[in-house]
Amino acid sequence: MSDSETPSLYAAREPIFPKRVSGLFRNLKWGIMIVTLGIYYITPWLRWDRGPELPDQAVLVDLASRRFFFFWIEIWPHEFYFIAGLLVMAGLGLFLFTSALGRVWCGYACPQTVWTDLFILVERWIEGDRNARLRLHRQKKLDFRKARLRLTKWTTWLLISVATGGAWVFYFTDAPTLLVNLATMNAHPVAYTTIAVLTLTTFIFGGFAREQICIYACPWPRIQAAMMDEDTLVVGYREWRGEPRGKHRKAEGAEALGDCIDCMACVNVCPVGIDIRDGQQLECITCGLCIDACDDMMDKIGKPRGLIDYMALTDESRERAGMEPKSVWKHVFRPRTVMYTILWASVGFALLFALFIRSDIDLTVAPVRNPTFITLSDGTIRNTYEVRLRNKHGEERPFRVTVSGDPSLHVTVEGSPYEVVPVPADSTKLARIYVMAPKGSTPAEAERTEFRFWVEDTASGERAYKDSVFNGRAN
Amino acid sequence: MAKKPETKQEVSTTGHSWDGIEEYNNPLPRWWLWTLYLCIIWGIGYTIAYPAWPMINGATKGVLGYSTRAEVAADIAAVEAQNEAINTKLAGTELTEISADPELNGYAQSAGAAVFKTWCAQCHGSGAAGAKGYPNLLDNDWLWGGDIEAIHTTISHGVRNETDDDAHYSEMPAFGEMLENEEIDQVVNYVLSLSGDAPDAALAEAGAVVFEDNCAVCHMEDGTGDRSQGAPNLADAIWLYGGDFDTVKETVTYSRFGVMPNWNERLTEAQVRAVATYVHSLGGGE
Repeated sequence: MSDSETPSLYAAREPIFPKRVSGLFRNLKWGIMIVTLGIYYITPWLRWDRGPELPDQAVLVDLASRRFFFFWIEIWPHEFYFIAGLLVMAGLGLFLFTSALGRVWCGYACPQTVWTDLFILVERWIEGDRNARLRLHRQKKLDFRKARLRLTKWTTWLLISVATGGAWVFYFTDAPTLLVNLATMNAHPVAYTTIAVLTLTTFIFGGFAREQICIYACPWPRIQAAMMDEDTLVVGYREWRGEPRGKHRKAEGAEALGDCIDCMACVNVCPVGIDIRDGQQLECITCGLCIDACDDMMDKIGKPRGLIDYMALTDESRERAGMEPKSVWKHVFRPRTVMYTILWASVGFALLFALFIRSDIDLTVAPVRNPTFITLSDGTIRNTYEVRLRNKHGEERPFRVTVSGDPSLHVTVEGSPYEVVPVPADSTKLARIYVMAPKGSTPAEAERTEFRFWVEDTASGERAYKDSVFNGRAN
Repeated sequence: MAKKPETKQEVSTTGHSWDGIEEYNNPLPRWWLWTLYLCIIWGIGYTIAYPAWPMINGATKGVLGYSTRAEVAADIAAVEAQNEAINTKLAGTELTEISADPELNGYAQSAGAAVFKTWCAQCHGSGAAGAKGYPNLLDNDWLWGGDIEAIHTTISHGVRNETDDDAHYSEMPAFGEMLENEEIDQVVNYVLSLSGDAPDAALAEAGAVVFEDNCAVCHMEDGTGDRSQGAPNLADAIWLYGGDFDTVKETVTYSRFGVMPNWNERLTEAQVRAVATYVHSLGGGE
């Protein structure tokens, strides 16, 4: 950049000092913060009795034994489609909320927003509100007071970060055991590494990077534009009512001014540091705090609320034309959002249906094709099948394997004189099953004979089956 | 945060102008630039610490001295050290007792399957189904015996090799030099009739005498064979080289001489026992 007229292509982050605000949307955000943080921190400690052989943690991602426990639901690896389905629902849910309410996820529920909010709360408790923080920031000299405040703040942030990373690992193993192991330095290195990484990212993202993550790192704000339209509710400024802005002094021309008194309240509370009066902006996470700030100010100067408000782009032309804006419900209920809701609900019902028709016993059959069949001394034709038996009960069950389809077929279990395979609690067992057809019988001489494997839980009588094929001499 | 322009209409530009088209300046955050520099420094450090730069003979070694080959060697050594106790146990347990111990049996099955696929699959096939001249190990027909001890002996010492004095040995004469062609046709028909389907019943009847004079001494009078000599059972449904008339005639005329190496020198005793256990479990073990 030798050209001295070229401006810098890089800019330092401008620090933001959001001012405290109170009102409807601030209260909503507090409520959502309490609920989401509560769910995050408390969930791993909930217990759920599943019998003596299974973990009693209500929500557990058991990577070692490849199980996902969610209260009464237990997901096995081959049922990953439930997770995929939930992800599809989460995606469709985001589409729905974004097309109806804009970046409502960003403004209220995103962990980046929730933790940043929490960190700003801590900052305000320790260093004071906006003006005090600004003074502290501008104070060049590092005196005892500044050092003390900064250290207290960073220590508190760090404690929250450790608790954040610490809570995460509890989802992956028995929480009380892990807590003891963590405290006595006996936990697995992976646990410490995970906590360290999450502590660091929480500390940096919540304490320092904040809105930079939303503006520069997160892809979601870019994707969202595709899902928003002119009926989507976003935070907007009623320019036609507010402008020309100006201080309402009892001076000449004051009557000609709009409702905006240019008090900067909306700018001062903004966690991403923008002026909403400039119109819709990429940075805006639609948290609604400027609405609270402005409503508060309008109440004080005796003007109607709603100079800054949730509204849709279509409202602007209507209001400029002197018409009433469309009601919120008319914005929210439109073909697009109804479609998203139907899709979302369909996936949900499909998952629920799949959940309730699951059987507690199951089998998969893999015919051994190396070789396709063998001949025994007496001319009997034998096929081998690798049958994986699944027992989802909390105790060992004896499974009887039988075949149907041709009366000459009979079955034995490799390495056992019985047709019964004991399968341990909540696990699978791979059994090699021999199916034999005597010399001269139809399946022995034919090329292919279809038949059905049955597995029966001899304790409860539950049955499951899988179809397979017997290869005869004509192969 | 991008610097807010003085008024809404005024947006700063980079100063570039092409045919009057100007470029807005939306500056990247400076920390982003620093992240890039940090990555470059990290990358340089990485190439110093780990093998990286290609040279004429190989690549730079890296100051940490890391190599994937050494890591594999260490992993193998660790696994071998871990299995040492159970290998000792396997080598010291009675062959017939192995299947009674679930832990030992499970280990022998898995280790035996690995040994089989490394050393045995070349002839007997990865599925152990054999091929022409190489016995199928899945069926219940055994040339030299199908109990675990007999299988173990066969694997240890092999068959008709010249490297182990204890190898199984037997030799079938080439009857093409001793019998007339007609007699061979007769005896082949007789042998085929033992398992049910002789092409020519009259010849088969005549072949009974030829069989008794020449073959019964090894294959027994009823044709069921003799395992102590590795003489195959001719009365069952299984044929090592094929059960059609021409193939059996070829066998009688020219004889066969199947060889198997002895594995006691290449494999450890524990490995031989493991693969014996595995083969014994394949469905034909006695």
